[in-house]
Amino acid sequence: MEEILKILEKNGRYSEEQIAVMTGKSVEEVKEAIKKYEEENVIVGYTTLVNWEKTKDESITAMIEVKVTPQRGEGFDKVAERIYKFSEVKACYLMSGGFDLTIIIEGKTLKEVASFVSDKLAPLESVQSTATHFVLKKYKDKGTIFEKKYKDDREAIII
Amino acid sequence: MNVEDIILKKVKDIPPSGIRKYFDMINEMKDVISLGVGEPDFTTPWNVSESGIYSLEKGHTHYSSNAGLIQLREEIANYQQRKYNLQYNPKDQILVTVGGSEGIDIALRALVEAGDEVIIPEPSFVAYQGCTRITGATPVSIKLRAEDQFKLTPDLLEKAITPKTKVVIIPYPNNPTGAIMNRDDLSRIVEILKDKDLIVLSDEIYAELTYQDNHVSIASFPEMKDKTLVINGFSKAFAMTGWRLGYACGHPALIQAMTKIHQYAIMCAPTTAQYAAMEALKNGDSSVREMVKEYNHRRRVLVDGFRELGLDCFEPLGAFYTFPCIKSTGLTSEEFCEKLLMEQRVLVVPGNAFGECGEGFVRACYASSMEQLIEAINRIKKFIQR
Repeated sequence: MEEILKILEKNGRYSEEQIAVMTGKSVEEVKEAIKKYEEENVIVGYTTLVNWEKTKDESITAMIEVKVTPQRGEGFDKVAERIYKFSEVKACYLMSGGFDLTIIIEGKTLKEVASFVSDKLAPLESVQSTATHFVLKKYKDKGTIFEKKYKDDREAIII
Repeated sequence: MNVEDIILKKVKDIPPSGIRKYFDMINEMKDVISLGVGEPDFTTPWNVSESGIYSLEKGHTHYSSNAGLIQLREEIANYQQRKYNLQYNPKDQILVTVGGSEGIDIALRALVEAGDEVIIPEPSFVAYQGCTRITGATPVSIKLRAEDQFKLTPDLLEKAITPKTKVVIIPYPNNPTGAIMNRDDLSRIVEILKDKDLIVLSDEIYAELTYQDNHVSIASFPEMKDKTLVINGFSKAFAMTGWRLGYACGHPALIQAMTKIHQYAIMCAPTTAQYAAMEALKNGDSSVREMVKEYNHRRRVLVDGFRELGLDCFEPLGAFYTFPCIKSTGLTSEEFCEKLLMEQRVLVVPGNAFGECGEGFVRACYASSMEQLIEAINRIKKFIQR
């Protein structure tokens, strides 16, 4: 059944009818499967991948490495929760290696991101240190290449 | 001197391809969705391309041996064993060619001449006719039937065989119909072929692209092994059309004869492509699986689309073609294709380009993006319901 997830992950706009045709299942089966995925939080949401650089909206993305002190009985989860609840935080991952959390922040300006780090993130009691890296250009995100648009340039040949 | 007069009649007599004129037309048009070209829209998996690039960086820019790099031939032997349970000795039973088409050409040149007959089940790939005619031999068409799902049936085969028959072409999974032959289908024709003195040329270039059961090679029937020449290659399976690399596997005597022609006409297949192909055979399985999965989705969308429009379309279980019947529109195949192209800017290929019995059908290839296929179906709908 993961076939449906793979299809939706690639293009969330396919209708249940279209997915039914692609997978050779009935529309009911597909609807039911998707409903179940949603209920079980396997499908967590539907979003659109936007290349903001091409719009007039100013936007800046930063990746922040955070070292934290885990809390007794809660491990990293409690600290992570405090952090990911900020609306500026677009992604939050627990990492192996030299630091603990990777946070991806989106803000309108450099200043906005900087003030998030200095006012909200760094002062948290369990945060030991942060290292902020600003994204200069997004080439590819969520498996999708941003700049290159597919063009069918196959030449005509007799076969 | 008139150059025309010097050119051989048998070459002049080969009719121009029925596809050519549409290609000339689309060159003048904008925003055409082409379901006309029979090649993957995927680019070659990066690990494969990268191996080609690395071989250039290492300076592997020379000829290989005539038959192809021995390491590649060993990988081909492993692959044929692993996938189709066929054993070939890489030293004298495998020849690396410039695409599967070279294999077809030099096999026919090694086997037939004027007076001989080559049996060609049709509709099928246009090169069988062309290559046969160039040798001077006579192509004998078998008209496959839609009601048999375009499979080769024993009755049709039996009727076509004469004492002059030297080669029988078995083109499955099939271009243009998408038909396949499973083990049972093959065993019925093996009964007829096993005692005949002829060579079976089994064109298995689409073997990786099947959507129900895995491909079965006719060479895997022990009684057929020595008399079958398997043609295969990298173009369709690994999306490597532009690298031009294929291979032939068969009896040492036939491979040796073909190698003679190959060494004078070609010397050896492109070395860079051979290095890339080794990577494809060693580490390409997962890429192939992904592509097949994607083709399968598209296949269902196109078949379903045609059926929704009221066109009969049998379920193609191989290659990447659908072959819907367009007789209900009252148009001939060529009229359908020409009008569809002019009115809705979708290119499909008339079925009769692949043999007369393809009249009443068109070939639509689903090696295009899902978005393009969905848009193509929308346009064809407008065309049919106009």
